[in-house]
Amino acid sequence: MSPELVFQQALNGLSFGALLFILASGLSLVFGMMDVVNLAHGAFYMLGAYVALSVVQATGSFWLALLVAPFALGLLGFVLEPLLLRRLRGRHLDQVLLTIGVSLVIVDVIGQVWGREVRSLSAPAGLDGSVTLIGGVYPVYRLFVMAFGVALAAAMGIVYRRTRIGMLIRAGVQDAEMLGALGVDTNRLFASTFAAGAALAGLAGVIAAPVFGVQPGMDTDPGLLYSLVVVVVGGLGTLSGAVAGSVLVGPADTFGKVLFQDVALAVIFAIVALVLLLRPTGLLGRIRIAR
Amino acid sequence: MSSPALAVHALHAYYGESHVLQGIDLEIAAGEAVSLIGRNGAGKTTTIAAIAGFIRPRGGSVAVSGTDLTGAPPHRVARAGVALVPQGRRIFGDLSVGENIAVAARPIPNGWDEAKVMELFPILARRRAVRGDQLSGGEQQMLAIARALVRNPTVLLLDEPSEGLAPKLVEQVGDVLQRLRATGLAILLVEQNLGLATQVGRRVLVMNKGTIVFTGTPAELAAHRDVEARYLGV
Repeated sequence: MSPELVFQQALNGLSFGALLFILASGLSLVFGMMDVVNLAHGAFYMLGAYVALSVVQATGSFWLALLVAPFALGLLGFVLEPLLLRRLRGRHLDQVLLTIGVSLVIVDVIGQVWGREVRSLSAPAGLDGSVTLIGGVYPVYRLFVMAFGVALAAAMGIVYRRTRIGMLIRAGVQDAEMLGALGVDTNRLFASTFAAGAALAGLAGVIAAPVFGVQPGMDTDPGLLYSLVVVVVGGLGTLSGAVAGSVLVGPADTFGKVLFQDVALAVIFAIVALVLLLRPTGLLGRIRIAR
Repeated sequence: MSSPALAVHALHAYYGESHVLQGIDLEIAAGEAVSLIGRNGAGKTTTIAAIAGFIRPRGGSVAVSGTDLTGAPPHRVARAGVALVPQGRRIFGDLSVGENIAVAARPIPNGWDEAKVMELFPILARRRAVRGDQLSGGEQQMLAIARALVRNPTVLLLDEPSEGLAPKLVEQVGDVLQRLRATGLAILLVEQNLGLATQVGRRVLVMNKGTIVFTGTPAELAAHRDVEARYLGV
């Protein structure tokens, strides 16, 4: 590989990593706080992209879609948690089955409403061009994705460390029952957390749409598959874990696809296996994933 | 006649199939301290869990200042005026000392606030910015009590606050609890440490296999050597 190509792919990898952070942070938050592995996270991501598609078709505004889709997904999460998940607290297998079911329903509804062909969403005006960087032409939108991911991580870090909501999240991730005994309504906290996780998935769906397109199957690849890989590698339930996992998995996947086209997925799973072997909690996690 | 601060009647609770609480009765008035003692597995911690709302009782009732809270979720029990110092302290490790207090705070005029609990436990003021998981066991215990006090409770539940503490610290915890009782708090103290239980409790309840088998003053307990031998000895 020429140095220019390496640089290009590094940018691609980091931009993919930024997107993975947006995608995986919601999954990690929900798992850390509620001890729920939400396998509908990929379907939420997909639904976010399709809602964005409709908003852009109706209004022509990508930026409006960037607000509406997360809000709609947040609302869906806020309703689904008390309606379905709350009854299954602590019952992991049932939660897995339920969230797979929710995911199937969402994907089917999407097929009914939007059809099953591959769609595309253009980058908004101003971000749809390209720039020349180190001898290569590079799409501006990918740089925007990177900046957005970094800004979101910083904003979440501030909320997490400096606000009362962040304090409740950090306390609830460790011991939600004790938080309840101190007067915090954990039912409301859990519904809000699940809503925030769904909103983040929806946000990732909008941001990803101009890069990866809008199509059937996106709920699993990249949706659920990559968000699970990121949280397993980085560590569940911590913001820094989601950052570390994304920054590692994004470039690793990108270079894996360039260097070993035929076995690109194996590169990712080799990393997962290696991390689980050496650090069963993930790089920066507090919860043991493998025994 | 006003209702007792805490009233538990005919409380039954299960863990799975095992009948852990088999009809517990206890009443605690404001300004009264009651100690609950017994061997491991007697059901003391389950009694606390059923009052705090961690587990749902299958029968009986729990009322705080006359309000029925049987089967209510933990936050409703807490908001009714019950504060818990749990077994194992359960300090939030990722939160600083100050944040552990702030997350619990329920301010009332002239009540407990951060400044007052730090006056009570000066060591916490010096460790204010330290993470909960960096504290010593004794410091964590003080923080657990401080965190309960800033709830400004009417009922204080403590589950083995002496666990893992040096004798000098146990004595300090005992002094603090007596001062709190004198301010009008109703205290339920679950203890393995007989010394602390009889120092703090005006009444002592002995539990065995999910029932209360003895009720009396510390002096009456001391007079019943058979109770001690049968239900408390190793």
